[in-house]
Amino acid sequence: MSIIVENLTKQYGPQKAVDDISFKVNTGEILGFLGPNGAGKTTTMKIITCFMAPTNGDVKVNDTSIYTNQEDIKKKIGYLPENNPLYLDMPVLEYLDYVGELQGIEKNKIQNRIVEMVHVCGLNDEKHKKIGELSKGYRQRVGLAQAMIHDPEILILDEPTTGLDPNQIIEIRKLIRHIGKEKTVILSTHILPEVEATCDRILIISKGKIVADGTSETLRKQAQGNEMLRIEIQDYDSKDRVISELQRIETIQMVDPVKDGSGIFTLQSKPGASSRRNIFNLCVQNKWFLAEMTPVETKLEDIFRELTTE
Amino acid sequence: MRKIWIISLREFRSFFDSLTAYILIVAFLGLSGFFTWLSGSDIFFIGQASLQPFFSVAYWTLFFFTPALTMRTLAEENKTGTIELLLTKAVSDWDVILGKFLACLMLIGIALLLTLPYYISIWAMGPIDHGAVWCGYLGLILMSMSFIGIGLFASSITSNQIVAFLLSLFIGVFFLIIFNVLASNLTGFLGELLSFLSLSTHFDSISRGVVDSRDVIFFLSITVLGLILAEASLSKRNIVE
Repeated sequence: MSIIVENLTKQYGPQKAVDDISFKVNTGEILGFLGPNGAGKTTTMKIITCFMAPTNGDVKVNDTSIYTNQEDIKKKIGYLPENNPLYLDMPVLEYLDYVGELQGIEKNKIQNRIVEMVHVCGLNDEKHKKIGELSKGYRQRVGLAQAMIHDPEILILDEPTTGLDPNQIIEIRKLIRHIGKEKTVILSTHILPEVEATCDRILIISKGKIVADGTSETLRKQAQGNEMLRIEIQDYDSKDRVISELQRIETIQMVDPVKDGSGIFTLQSKPGASSRRNIFNLCVQNKWFLAEMTPVETKLEDIFRELTTE
Repeated sequence: MRKIWIISLREFRSFFDSLTAYILIVAFLGLSGFFTWLSGSDIFFIGQASLQPFFSVAYWTLFFFTPALTMRTLAEENKTGTIELLLTKAVSDWDVILGKFLACLMLIGIALLLTLPYYISIWAMGPIDHGAVWCGYLGLILMSMSFIGIGLFASSITSNQIVAFLLSLFIGVFFLIIFNVLASNLTGFLGELLSFLSLSTHFDSISRGVVDSRDVIFFLSITVLGLILAEASLSKRNIVE
């Protein structure tokens, strides 16, 4: 089931929270929504889930527009809102039953779905407690359970792993990946490793506009451009000679010795060229010992910072 | 229709979970019982087998009782953000409003049912005008519906329960007293209009046993107006400027 967002704009007073964004999410795709605070992630999600109407533009869920049949769309979406609001005075099981009924699950299937959700989200020990008595991590699990109870085609999760401990985070990511195989998932976060670990595609938005769209590899390539290498050479007689020899290699643009006397250098190749083979040959010719040669990757953090700050 | 029922059942249960229901029912029965049987112009003072004293007390107690019931319905959801959770489920705004309306009405219905022993014991003491009694109950239910409508609207525009409570009392007091007082000081069209808007005029005639369609329409239109305003304030997040 696909989601198509067309020219979406949402204006709060004079401020545009979302400014004319368009994108498409396909079935079986996990889309990571990335952006600094106040970039418009939550607003976009609220519009897709029919909680809010956009100022302009349209969202189509499986060719149904949010202006035509909201109830139909809502039935297909499982949504975990930001800050995970819950009825604190309700016991977990009763709450899941309530949500299940609201989402129109047939009476005889509800019990099975609840049992499954309790199992999947690891709520078994806490299922009879009131939600208000649970810790933050367990509440988050209840939030996930209620989002998935009706086995939705589309899952929209606003910061799903906040408040979870590292073990739970890994479990939840695994769960999202598993669900994402057959379903469409959009998740927002500002934890960068999370996006890399879970998402097929990354969408970075800043100030209401999309600034990057692609897999983490393509984003890296875009930002990086030239090949960067880090090498360590031992058994050489003079450092200056090493530098001048390296500079003589025609594919190398820049040589930068890292620390004095240690023999570690960072090299930047010319655009489109790779200098790994040349470096190796150079070392063989001079009988230097090549102790290390690693490609330096631009971190997602750097890409993010570059795109979202001015 | 099913969605409305699911929502109202949950809401109804939460009245009992939070003790609101018990406190309000006990307070309602206590107050109305005290003034019907023990104090002031009670049954024995009048010396007539009539539920009239009960109706005039219930008229006032319900005026305070209903806002206390409606104040948390939407204000709390606005505050905790659960309204977002609810409205992104496969329900419409009207399902939510009507579900909450029904829950409040059910609780008031239960409170009124529990006063049936008053009716039965007075019946045992002397000849009673059954028509007037049932009309009186009908009047109380219609009046509660209007108050619930007003209360839901007050609750929908704020995220603070106290504000919702005071606001619905404030709106209610106009219909209950102020229009009546103003009407008695004014003549002509304005006086008649205000007298028509006054709740007590309509309630008095119903509780005397005269069910006029105009009175019923009056109560129902306040109810519907309240609910429409509540729905509008719930869906104003959707307004496209």
